[in-house]
Amino acid sequence: MLTEIIFSGFGGQGILFAGKTLAYSGMDMGKEISWLPSYGPEMRGGTANCSVCISDDKIGSPLVTSPDILAVMNTPSFDRFESKVKSGGIIFADSAMTERETVREDVEFHKIPASELADKNGLTGMGNIVLLGNMLKECGNRLGDFTLSAVKEAFKKIVPPSKPELLEKNIKALELGYAY
Amino acid sequence: MSKVLMKGNEALAEAAMRAGCKCFFGYPITPQTEISAYLAKHMAKRGGVFLQAESEIAAINMTLGAAASGVRAMTSSSSPGISLKSEGISYIAASDLPCVIVNVERGGPGLGGIQPAQSDYNQAVKAPGHGDFHMLVFAPSSVQETVDMTYLAFDMADKYRMPAMILSDGLMGQMMEPVEFPDREVNPVEKPWACSGHKNKREHNIINSLYLKPDILEDSVRSRYKRYEQVENELPDAESYLCEDADIVVTGFGAAARIAETAVNNAREKGIRAGLFRPKTLYPFPKKELNEAVGNAKAILDVEMNMGQMIDDIKLYTECRLPVYFYGRTGGNIPSAEEILHEIEVCSMKGEKAECR
Repeated sequence: MLTEIIFSGFGGQGILFAGKTLAYSGMDMGKEISWLPSYGPEMRGGTANCSVCISDDKIGSPLVTSPDILAVMNTPSFDRFESKVKSGGIIFADSAMTERETVREDVEFHKIPASELADKNGLTGMGNIVLLGNMLKECGNRLGDFTLSAVKEAFKKIVPPSKPELLEKNIKALELGYAY
Repeated sequence: MSKVLMKGNEALAEAAMRAGCKCFFGYPITPQTEISAYLAKHMAKRGGVFLQAESEIAAINMTLGAAASGVRAMTSSSSPGISLKSEGISYIAASDLPCVIVNVERGGPGLGGIQPAQSDYNQAVKAPGHGDFHMLVFAPSSVQETVDMTYLAFDMADKYRMPAMILSDGLMGQMMEPVEFPDREVNPVEKPWACSGHKNKREHNIINSLYLKPDILEDSVRSRYKRYEQVENELPDAESYLCEDADIVVTGFGAAARIAETAVNNAREKGIRAGLFRPKTLYPFPKKELNEAVGNAKAILDVEMNMGQMIDDIKLYTECRLPVYFYGRTGGNIPSAEEILHEIEVCSMKGEKAECR
Protein backbone atom coordinates (compact mmCIF):
# COMPACT_ATOMS: atom_id res chain seq x y z
CA MET A 1 0.00 0.00 0.00
CA LEU A 2 1.21 3.48 -0.91
CA THR A 3 -0.10 6.52 0.95
CA GLU A 4 0.75 9.93 -0.46
CA ILE A 5 0.42 12.98 1.73
CA ILE A 6 0.87 16.72 1.24
CA PHE A 7 1.35 19.12 4.16
CA SER A 8 0.96 22.74 3.18
CA GLY A 9 0.79 26.20 4.74
CA PHE A 10 2.91 29.28 5.41
CA GLY A 11 6.63 29.10 5.98
CA GLY A 12 7.16 29.11 9.76
CA GLN A 13 4.11 27.02 10.66
CA GLY A 14 6.18 23.87 10.93
CA ILE A 15 4.84 22.32 7.75
CA LEU A 16 8.11 20.60 6.91
CA PHE A 17 8.53 19.45 10.52
CA ALA A 18 5.06 17.86 10.61
CA GLY A 19 5.91 15.93 7.45
CA LYS A 20 9.27 14.92 8.84
CA THR A 21 7.67 13.63 12.03
CA LEU A 22 5.36 11.39 10.05
CA ALA A 23 8.22 10.21 7.84
CA TYR A 24 10.36 9.37 10.86
CA SER A 25 7.56 7.37 12.46
CA GLY A 26 7.08 5.47 9.20
CA MET A 27 10.77 4.66 9.02
CA ASP A 28 10.78 3.34 12.58
CA MET A 29 7.87 1.10 11.68
CA GLY A 30 9.93 -0.43 8.89
CA LYS A 31 8.05 1.25 6.04
CA GLU A 32 9.54 2.67 2.88
CA ILE A 33 9.25 6.41 3.18
CA SER A 34 10.26 9.57 1.38
CA TRP A 35 10.00 13.24 2.30
CA LEU A 36 10.42 16.02 -0.23
CA PRO A 37 10.16 19.73 0.61
CA SER A 38 9.20 22.50 -1.72
CA TYR A 39 12.31 24.60 -1.94
CA GLY A 40 13.10 27.97 -3.33
CA PRO A 41 12.09 31.60 -2.96
CA GLU A 42 8.52 30.71 -1.99
CA MET A 43 9.79 29.44 1.36
CA ARG A 44 10.84 32.87 2.55
CA GLY A 45 7.65 34.12 4.17
CA GLY A 46 5.49 32.56 1.48
CA THR A 47 3.91 29.14 1.25
CA ALA A 48 5.70 25.95 2.12
CA ASN A 49 4.72 22.39 1.42
CA CYS A 50 6.15 18.93 1.59
CA SER A 51 5.37 15.56 0.06
CA VAL A 52 5.48 12.45 2.20
CA CYS A 53 5.17 8.94 0.77
CA ILE A 54 4.64 5.93 3.03
CA SER A 55 4.70 2.57 1.35
CA ASP A 56 5.19 -1.15 1.81
CA ASP A 57 7.12 -1.23 -1.47
CA LYS A 58 9.92 0.78 -3.04
CA ILE A 59 8.91 4.39 -3.70
CA GLY A 60 9.19 5.75 -7.22
CA SER A 61 8.54 9.46 -7.41
CA PRO A 62 8.87 11.22 -4.07
CA LEU A 63 6.93 14.15 -5.52
CA VAL A 64 3.25 13.86 -4.66
CA THR A 65 0.99 15.33 -7.33
CA SER A 66 -2.32 13.80 -6.25
CA PRO A 67 -2.37 13.09 -2.51
CA ASP A 68 -4.50 10.60 -0.62
CA ILE A 69 -4.31 12.95 2.34
CA LEU A 70 -3.96 16.73 2.29
CA ALA A 71 -3.30 18.86 5.37
CA VAL A 72 -3.61 22.62 4.90
CA MET A 73 -2.84 25.44 7.27
CA ASN A 74 -3.79 28.43 5.12
CA THR A 75 -6.20 29.45 2.36
CA PRO A 76 -3.70 29.67 -0.53
CA SER A 77 -2.68 26.05 0.13
CA PHE A 78 -6.31 24.99 0.29
CA ASP A 79 -6.95 26.66 -3.07
CA ARG A 80 -3.85 25.20 -4.62
CA PHE A 81 -4.14 21.56 -3.61
CA GLU A 82 -7.87 20.92 -3.05
CA SER A 83 -8.51 19.82 -6.65
CA LYS A 84 -5.44 17.54 -6.62
CA VAL A 85 -6.69 15.24 -3.84
CA LYS A 86 -7.58 11.75 -5.05
CA SER A 87 -11.24 10.84 -5.13
CA GLY A 88 -12.00 9.20 -1.80
CA GLY A 89 -9.12 11.09 -0.20
CA ILE A 90 -9.14 13.16 2.96
CA ILE A 91 -8.59 16.87 3.57
CA PHE A 92 -7.56 18.24 6.97
CA ALA A 93 -7.79 21.99 7.47
CA ASP A 94 -6.68 24.22 10.32
CA SER A 95 -9.94 26.15 10.65
CA ALA A 96 -8.21 28.80 12.75
CA MET A 97 -6.15 29.70 9.70
CA THR A 98 -8.65 29.24 6.89
CA GLU A 99 -12.42 29.65 6.82
CA ARG A 100 -12.77 27.65 3.66
CA GLU A 101 -14.67 24.41 3.43
CA THR A 102 -14.14 21.99 0.60
CA VAL A 103 -16.28 22.16 -2.53
CA ARG A 104 -15.41 18.55 -3.34
CA GLU A 105 -18.12 15.99 -2.71
CA ASP A 106 -15.92 12.96 -3.30
CA VAL A 107 -13.51 13.56 -0.42
CA GLU A 108 -13.73 13.40 3.35
CA PHE A 109 -13.27 16.75 5.09
CA HIS A 110 -12.06 17.42 8.62
CA LYS A 111 -11.58 20.82 10.17
CA ILE A 112 -9.95 21.54 13.49
CA PRO A 113 -8.94 24.93 14.89
CA ALA A 114 -5.45 23.57 15.41
CA SER A 115 -3.51 26.82 15.82
CA GLU A 116 -6.10 28.21 18.20
CA LEU A 117 -6.12 25.05 20.30
CA ALA A 118 -2.35 25.20 20.46
CA ASP A 119 -2.42 28.86 21.55
CA LYS A 120 -4.97 28.21 24.28
CA ASN A 121 -2.90 25.41 25.72
CA GLY A 122 0.37 27.27 25.88
CA LEU A 123 1.64 25.54 22.77
CA THR A 124 1.85 28.53 20.45
CA GLY A 125 3.34 27.57 17.09
CA MET A 126 2.41 23.92 17.42
CA GLY A 127 -0.81 23.93 15.40
CA ASN A 128 1.03 21.74 12.92
CA ILE A 129 1.38 18.95 15.48
CA VAL A 130 -2.20 19.37 16.72
CA LEU A 131 -3.29 18.88 13.10
CA LEU A 132 -1.03 15.85 12.78
CA GLY A 133 -2.53 14.35 15.96
CA ASN A 134 -5.99 14.74 14.54
CA MET A 135 -4.87 13.20 11.27
CA LEU A 136 -3.58 10.13 13.10
CA LYS A 137 -6.90 9.64 14.82
CA GLU A 138 -9.17 10.20 11.82
CA CYS A 139 -7.14 8.33 9.23
CA GLY A 140 -6.74 5.10 11.14
CA ASN A 141 -5.68 2.36 8.78
CA ARG A 142 -5.72 4.56 5.74
CA LEU A 143 -2.44 6.03 6.89
CA GLY A 144 -0.84 2.64 7.35
CA ASP A 145 -0.62 1.17 10.84
CA PHE A 146 0.42 4.37 12.53
CA THR A 147 -0.02 4.57 16.24
CA LEU A 148 0.16 7.52 18.56
CA SER A 149 3.02 5.90 20.44
CA ALA A 150 5.07 5.41 17.26
CA VAL A 151 4.86 9.12 16.54
CA LYS A 152 5.76 9.97 20.14
CA GLU A 153 8.82 7.77 19.78
CA ALA A 154 9.75 9.61 16.59
CA PHE A 155 9.72 12.94 18.45
CA LYS A 156 12.41 11.61 20.75
CA LYS A 157 14.68 11.26 17.74
CA ILE A 158 13.87 14.53 16.00
CA VAL A 159 13.70 16.93 18.91
CA PRO A 160 17.23 17.86 19.98
CA PRO A 161 18.11 16.36 23.40
CA SER A 162 19.21 19.83 24.50
CA LYS A 163 15.59 20.99 24.37
CA PRO A 164 13.62 18.48 26.49
CA GLU A 165 10.80 21.00 27.01
CA LEU A 166 10.09 20.90 23.27
CA LEU A 167 9.69 17.14 23.36
CA GLU A 168 7.11 17.42 26.10
CA LYS A 169 5.24 20.18 24.26
CA ASN A 170 5.17 18.29 20.98
CA ILE A 171 3.74 15.23 22.66
CA LYS A 172 1.14 17.39 24.40
CA ALA A 173 0.17 18.99 21.08
CA LEU A 174 -0.10 15.62 19.40
CA GLU A 175 -2.40 14.32 22.15
CA LEU A 176 -4.48 17.47 21.97
CA GLY A 177 -5.19 16.91 18.27
CA TYR A 178 -5.76 13.21 18.80
CA ALA A 179 -8.33 13.87 21.52
CA TYR A 180 -10.22 16.54 19.55
CA MET B 1 24.38 1.07 12.34
CA SER B 2 20.67 1.77 12.26
CA LYS B 3 18.91 3.78 9.62
CA VAL B 4 18.55 7.52 9.85
CA LEU B 5 16.40 9.89 7.85
CA MET B 6 18.49 12.33 5.86
CA LYS B 7 18.39 14.58 2.85
CA GLY B 8 20.41 13.37 -0.12
CA ASN B 9 22.70 16.38 0.18
CA GLU B 10 23.36 15.89 3.89
CA ALA B 11 23.89 12.17 3.44
CA LEU B 12 26.39 12.86 0.67
CA ALA B 13 28.29 15.26 2.91
CA GLU B 14 28.35 12.76 5.79
CA ALA B 15 29.51 10.00 3.43
CA ALA B 16 32.31 12.21 2.11
CA MET B 17 33.69 12.72 5.62
CA ARG B 18 33.42 9.02 6.37
CA ALA B 19 35.22 8.29 3.11
CA GLY B 20 38.15 10.31 4.40
CA CYS B 21 37.54 13.61 2.64
CA LYS B 22 39.82 16.09 4.41
CA CYS B 23 39.19 19.25 2.39
CA PHE B 24 36.00 20.74 1.05
CA PHE B 25 35.80 23.94 -0.96
CA GLY B 26 32.44 25.29 -2.01
CA TYR B 27 30.35 28.25 -2.96
CA PRO B 28 26.61 28.39 -2.19
CA ILE B 29 24.04 27.60 -4.85
CA THR B 30 20.58 26.07 -4.69
CA PRO B 31 19.82 23.14 -4.65
CA GLN B 32 23.20 21.93 -3.35
CA THR B 33 23.63 24.27 -0.38
CA GLU B 34 22.94 21.63 2.30
CA ILE B 35 26.21 19.92 1.36
CA SER B 36 28.18 23.03 2.24
CA ALA B 37 26.03 23.76 5.27
CA TYR B 38 26.50 20.25 6.68
CA LEU B 39 30.24 20.26 6.10
CA ALA B 40 30.59 23.77 7.53
CA LYS B 41 29.07 22.44 10.72
CA HIS B 42 30.96 19.15 11.00
CA MET B 43 34.17 19.20 8.98
CA ALA B 44 36.41 21.14 11.35
CA LYS B 45 35.28 19.09 14.38
CA ARG B 46 36.28 15.93 12.57
CA GLY B 47 39.72 17.03 11.56
CA GLY B 48 39.01 18.41 8.12
CA VAL B 49 39.02 21.76 6.40
CA PHE B 50 35.83 23.47 5.22
CA LEU B 51 36.35 26.61 3.23
CA GLN B 52 33.77 28.76 1.53
CA ALA B 53 35.63 30.14 -1.44
CA GLU B 54 35.05 33.51 -3.09
CA SER B 55 33.74 31.84 -6.24
CA GLU B 56 33.19 28.48 -7.90
CA ILE B 57 36.38 28.98 -9.90
CA ALA B 58 38.37 29.53 -6.73
CA ALA B 59 36.77 26.46 -5.13
CA ILE B 60 37.70 24.07 -7.95
CA ASN B 61 41.27 25.36 -8.02
CA MET B 62 41.55 24.96 -4.25
CA THR B 63 40.34 21.41 -4.79
CA LEU B 64 43.12 20.97 -7.33
CA GLY B 65 45.65 22.22 -4.80
CA ALA B 66 44.41 19.98 -2.00
CA ALA B 67 44.32 16.94 -4.30
CA ALA B 68 47.89 17.73 -5.41
CA SER B 69 49.00 17.53 -1.78
CA GLY B 70 47.60 14.00 -1.64
CA VAL B 71 44.52 14.44 0.55
CA ARG B 72 41.00 13.48 -0.40
CA ALA B 73 39.27 16.65 -1.57
CA MET B 74 35.79 17.57 -2.77
CA THR B 75 33.87 20.48 -4.20
CA SER B 76 30.18 20.75 -4.94
CA SER B 77 27.90 23.00 -6.91
CA SER B 78 24.83 23.03 -9.10
CA SER B 79 24.59 23.35 -12.87
CA PRO B 80 25.64 27.00 -13.56
CA GLY B 81 28.39 26.66 -10.97
CA ILE B 82 29.72 23.50 -12.61
CA SER B 83 30.08 25.40 -15.89
CA LEU B 84 32.33 27.82 -14.04
CA LYS B 85 34.39 24.91 -12.73
CA SER B 86 35.00 23.35 -16.11
CA GLU B 87 38.40 24.94 -16.66
CA GLY B 88 39.58 23.65 -13.29
CA ILE B 89 38.19 20.18 -13.97
CA SER B 90 40.22 20.03 -17.17
CA TYR B 91 43.37 21.08 -15.27
CA ILE B 92 42.69 18.43 -12.62
CA ALA B 93 42.28 15.73 -15.29
CA ALA B 94 45.43 16.90 -17.08
CA SER B 95 47.33 16.80 -13.80
CA ASP B 96 46.10 13.25 -13.09
CA LEU B 97 44.65 14.30 -9.77
CA PRO B 98 41.91 12.44 -7.92
CA CYS B 99 39.03 14.42 -6.45
CA VAL B 100 35.25 14.35 -6.17
CA ILE B 101 33.01 16.96 -7.79
CA VAL B 102 29.31 17.02 -6.98
CA ASN B 103 26.71 18.43 -9.35
CA VAL B 104 23.24 18.71 -7.83
CA GLU B 105 21.62 19.56 -11.15
CA ARG B 106 18.97 22.21 -11.66
CA GLY B 107 17.15 23.42 -14.76
CA GLY B 108 19.13 25.20 -17.45
CA PRO B 109 20.47 26.66 -19.67
CA GLY B 110 21.76 29.92 -18.27
CA LEU B 111 20.80 30.67 -14.71
CA GLY B 112 17.80 28.54 -15.57
CA GLY B 113 15.78 27.64 -12.49
CA ILE B 114 16.35 25.98 -9.16
CA GLN B 115 14.12 22.94 -9.59
CA PRO B 116 15.52 19.49 -10.43
CA ALA B 117 16.75 18.59 -13.93
CA GLN B 118 19.15 16.23 -15.67
CA SER B 119 20.23 18.57 -18.44
CA ASP B 120 23.93 18.30 -17.62
CA TYR B 121 24.34 14.71 -18.84
CA ASN B 122 26.24 15.76 -21.94
CA GLN B 123 28.38 18.21 -19.99
CA ALA B 124 29.32 15.57 -17.41
CA VAL B 125 29.86 12.69 -19.77
CA LYS B 126 31.08 14.31 -22.99
CA ALA B 127 32.64 17.65 -22.21
CA PRO B 128 33.34 18.51 -18.59
CA GLY B 129 36.10 20.82 -19.86
CA HIS B 130 38.38 21.43 -22.82
CA GLY B 131 40.78 18.85 -24.15
CA ASP B 132 40.90 15.06 -24.51
CA PHE B 133 39.87 13.59 -21.16
CA HIS B 134 37.21 11.82 -19.18
CA MET B 135 35.80 12.12 -15.71
CA LEU B 136 34.14 9.26 -13.81
CA VAL B 137 30.41 9.97 -13.53
CA PHE B 138 28.16 8.26 -10.97
CA ALA B 139 24.37 8.70 -11.13
CA PRO B 140 22.61 7.78 -7.86
CA SER B 141 18.86 7.21 -7.81
CA SER B 142 18.25 7.06 -4.05
CA VAL B 143 19.69 8.64 -0.94
CA GLN B 144 21.31 5.31 0.00
CA GLU B 145 22.93 5.05 -3.40
CA THR B 146 24.15 8.64 -3.08
CA VAL B 147 26.02 7.52 0.04
CA ASP B 148 27.39 4.32 -1.49
CA MET B 149 28.51 6.11 -4.63
CA THR B 150 30.26 8.85 -2.65
CA TYR B 151 32.48 6.23 -0.99
CA LEU B 152 33.06 4.60 -4.36
CA ALA B 153 33.82 7.89 -6.12
CA PHE B 154 36.65 8.69 -3.69
CA ASP B 155 38.08 5.19 -4.00
CA MET B 156 37.90 5.07 -7.78
CA ALA B 157 39.22 8.61 -8.20
CA ASP B 158 42.28 7.58 -6.18
CA LYS B 159 42.65 4.26 -7.97
CA TYR B 160 42.59 5.73 -11.47
CA ARG B 161 43.97 9.17 -10.56
CA MET B 162 41.13 11.06 -12.18
CA PRO B 163 38.30 13.37 -11.14
CA ALA B 164 34.98 11.70 -10.29
CA MET B 165 31.57 13.34 -10.38
CA ILE B 166 28.44 12.51 -8.41
CA LEU B 167 25.70 13.59 -10.79
CA SER B 168 22.80 14.21 -8.45
CA ASP B 169 19.87 16.58 -8.96
CA GLY B 170 17.52 18.75 -6.94
CA LEU B 171 15.18 15.83 -6.31
CA MET B 172 17.92 13.47 -5.06
CA GLY B 173 19.53 16.25 -3.05
CA GLN B 174 16.44 17.62 -1.32
CA MET B 175 14.50 14.45 -0.59
CA MET B 176 14.85 12.55 2.67
CA GLU B 177 14.95 8.78 2.76
CA PRO B 178 16.12 6.28 5.35
CA VAL B 179 19.83 5.74 4.93
CA GLU B 180 22.52 3.62 6.50
CA PHE B 181 26.21 4.42 6.62
CA PRO B 182 28.26 1.29 6.24
CA ASP B 183 31.07 0.95 8.77
CA ARG B 184 34.24 1.01 6.84
CA GLU B 185 37.82 1.87 7.41
CA VAL B 186 39.43 4.42 5.20
CA ASN B 187 42.57 2.99 3.72
CA PRO B 188 44.07 5.78 1.72
CA VAL B 189 46.16 4.59 -1.18
CA GLU B 190 49.82 5.47 -1.36
CA LYS B 191 50.34 8.65 -3.34
CA PRO B 192 54.04 8.81 -4.14
CA TRP B 193 53.29 11.47 -6.76
CA ALA B 194 51.83 13.93 -4.22
CA CYS B 195 53.41 17.29 -3.45
CA SER B 196 53.31 16.79 0.28
CA GLY B 197 56.69 18.02 1.46
CA HIS B 198 59.81 15.86 1.36
CA LYS B 199 62.50 17.55 3.51
CA ASN B 200 64.98 17.10 0.66
CA LYS B 201 64.79 13.32 1.05
CA ARG B 202 63.56 12.67 -2.47
CA GLU B 203 63.24 14.32 -5.85
CA HIS B 204 60.65 17.06 -6.28
CA ASN B 205 57.26 15.95 -7.47
CA ILE B 206 55.92 18.28 -10.10
CA ILE B 207 52.22 18.52 -10.83
CA ASN B 208 51.62 20.29 -14.08
CA SER B 209 49.27 20.46 -17.02
CA LEU B 210 51.38 22.52 -19.43
CA TYR B 211 53.33 20.67 -22.10
CA LEU B 212 54.62 22.91 -24.87
CA LYS B 213 56.13 20.08 -26.90
CA PRO B 214 53.44 18.27 -28.91
CA ASP B 215 55.14 14.88 -28.63
CA ILE B 216 55.30 15.02 -24.88
CA LEU B 217 51.72 16.25 -24.62
CA GLU B 218 50.53 13.52 -26.98
CA ASP B 219 52.30 10.90 -24.90
CA SER B 220 50.70 12.16 -21.71
CA VAL B 221 47.24 12.10 -23.29
CA ARG B 222 47.80 8.64 -24.78
CA SER B 223 48.94 7.18 -21.49
CA ARG B 224 45.82 8.65 -19.85
CA TYR B 225 43.67 7.00 -22.52
CA LYS B 226 45.36 3.68 -21.73
CA ARG B 227 44.05 4.12 -18.22
CA TYR B 228 40.58 4.95 -19.56
CA GLU B 229 40.60 1.58 -21.36
CA GLN B 230 41.13 -0.08 -18.00
CA VAL B 231 38.34 2.07 -16.48
CA GLU B 232 35.98 1.07 -19.27
CA ASN B 233 36.72 -2.60 -18.67
CA GLU B 234 36.50 -2.55 -14.90
CA LEU B 235 34.02 0.03 -13.74
CA PRO B 236 30.76 0.09 -15.78
CA ASP B 237 27.77 -0.64 -13.57
CA ALA B 238 24.05 -0.81 -14.24
CA GLU B 239 20.79 -2.17 -12.91
CA SER B 240 18.50 -4.18 -15.14
CA TYR B 241 14.97 -4.67 -13.84
CA LEU B 242 12.52 -7.12 -15.46
CA CYS B 243 14.45 -6.91 -18.73
CA GLU B 244 14.78 -10.66 -19.50
CA ASP B 245 11.44 -11.00 -21.26
CA ALA B 246 10.76 -7.31 -21.87
CA ASP B 247 9.29 -6.20 -25.20
CA ILE B 248 9.97 -2.61 -24.28
CA VAL B 249 12.91 -1.51 -22.20
CA VAL B 250 12.77 1.89 -20.54
CA THR B 251 16.18 3.52 -20.12
CA GLY B 252 16.89 6.28 -17.65
CA PHE B 253 19.31 7.33 -14.92
CA GLY B 254 19.07 8.91 -11.48
CA ALA B 255 15.75 10.42 -10.45
CA ALA B 256 14.05 9.74 -13.80
CA ALA B 257 14.85 6.02 -13.48
CA ARG B 258 13.18 5.60 -10.08
CA ILE B 259 9.99 7.19 -11.40
CA ALA B 260 10.21 5.02 -14.51
CA GLU B 261 10.43 1.93 -12.29
CA THR B 262 6.95 2.67 -10.92
CA ALA B 263 5.69 3.08 -14.50
CA VAL B 264 7.28 -0.24 -15.49
CA ASN B 265 5.52 -1.99 -12.58
CA ASN B 266 2.22 -0.39 -13.60
CA ALA B 267 2.75 -1.45 -17.22
CA ARG B 268 3.37 -5.05 -16.10
CA GLU B 269 0.07 -4.96 -14.20
CA LYS B 270 -1.59 -4.01 -17.48
CA GLY B 271 0.03 -6.96 -19.23
CA ILE B 272 2.73 -4.99 -21.07
CA ARG B 273 6.11 -6.66 -20.83
CA ALA B 274 8.19 -3.68 -19.82
CA GLY B 275 11.61 -3.53 -18.19
CA LEU B 276 13.99 -0.88 -16.92
CA PHE B 277 17.67 -0.38 -17.68
CA ARG B 278 19.44 2.09 -15.42
CA PRO B 279 23.11 2.94 -15.86
CA LYS B 280 24.72 3.68 -12.49
CA THR B 281 27.95 4.83 -14.08
CA LEU B 282 27.45 7.26 -16.96
CA TYR B 283 31.15 7.32 -17.70
CA PRO B 284 32.20 4.57 -18.22
CA PHE B 285 28.86 3.74 -19.86
CA PRO B 286 27.68 0.15 -19.26
CA LYS B 287 27.52 -0.77 -22.95
CA LYS B 288 27.61 -4.54 -22.52
CA GLU B 289 24.93 -4.43 -19.81
CA LEU B 290 22.71 -2.25 -22.03
CA ASN B 291 22.93 -4.71 -24.90
CA GLU B 292 22.14 -7.61 -22.60
CA ALA B 293 19.13 -5.75 -21.19
CA VAL B 294 17.62 -5.02 -24.61
CA GLY B 295 18.46 -8.49 -25.96
CA ASN B 296 14.83 -9.51 -26.36
CA ALA B 297 13.28 -6.07 -26.68
CA LYS B 298 11.38 -4.74 -29.65
CA ALA B 299 11.75 -1.09 -28.68
CA ILE B 300 13.44 1.24 -26.22
CA LEU B 301 11.85 4.20 -24.46
CA ASP B 302 14.41 6.61 -23.07
CA VAL B 303 13.16 8.80 -20.20
CA GLU B 304 15.15 11.76 -18.93
CA MET B 305 14.60 15.08 -17.18
CA ASN B 306 15.97 16.97 -20.19
CA MET B 307 15.34 17.24 -23.93
CA GLY B 308 17.09 13.96 -24.72
CA GLN B 309 20.82 13.62 -23.99
CA MET B 310 21.59 10.06 -22.90
CA ILE B 311 19.36 8.89 -25.78
CA ASP B 312 22.27 9.51 -28.17
CA ASP B 313 24.41 7.03 -26.23
CA ILE B 314 21.56 4.52 -26.11
CA LYS B 315 21.28 4.67 -29.90
CA LEU B 316 25.03 4.60 -30.39
CA TYR B 317 25.72 1.64 -28.14
CA THR B 318 22.78 -0.39 -29.47
CA GLU B 319 23.89 0.62 -32.98
CA CYS B 320 20.32 1.79 -33.70
CA ARG B 321 19.15 -1.82 -34.01
CA LEU B 322 15.90 -0.96 -32.24
CA PRO B 323 13.57 2.00 -32.44
CA VAL B 324 14.45 4.36 -29.59
CA TYR B 325 11.63 6.64 -28.43
CA PHE B 326 11.99 9.48 -26.00
CA TYR B 327 9.98 11.05 -23.23
CA GLY B 328 11.35 13.92 -21.21
CA ARG B 329 10.37 16.84 -19.05
CA THR B 330 12.72 19.72 -18.55
CA GLY B 331 13.14 23.13 -16.96
CA GLY B 332 12.61 21.77 -13.45
CA ASN B 333 9.48 19.72 -14.14
CA ILE B 334 9.46 16.12 -13.02
CA PRO B 335 7.78 13.46 -15.14
CA SER B 336 5.06 11.52 -13.35
CA ALA B 337 4.79 7.75 -13.39
CA GLU B 338 1.42 8.15 -15.18
CA GLU B 339 3.01 10.15 -18.00
CA ILE B 340 5.73 7.54 -18.44
CA LEU B 341 3.18 4.71 -18.34
CA HIS B 342 1.23 6.44 -21.11
CA GLU B 343 4.40 6.63 -23.23
CA ILE B 344 5.13 2.95 -22.57
CA GLU B 345 1.62 2.09 -23.78
CA VAL B 346 1.99 4.20 -26.91
CA CYS B 347 5.44 2.79 -27.69
CA SER B 348 4.42 -0.80 -27.11
CA MET B 349 1.70 -0.35 -29.73
CA LYS B 350 4.17 1.13 -32.21
CA GLY B 351 6.60 -1.71 -31.55
CA GLU B 352 8.91 -2.77 -34.29
CA LYS B 353 7.18 -0.94 -37.09
CA ALA B 354 8.42 2.49 -36.17
CA GLU B 355 11.60 4.09 -37.38
CA CYS B 356 14.47 5.00 -35.10
CA ARG B 357 14.05 8.74 -34.74
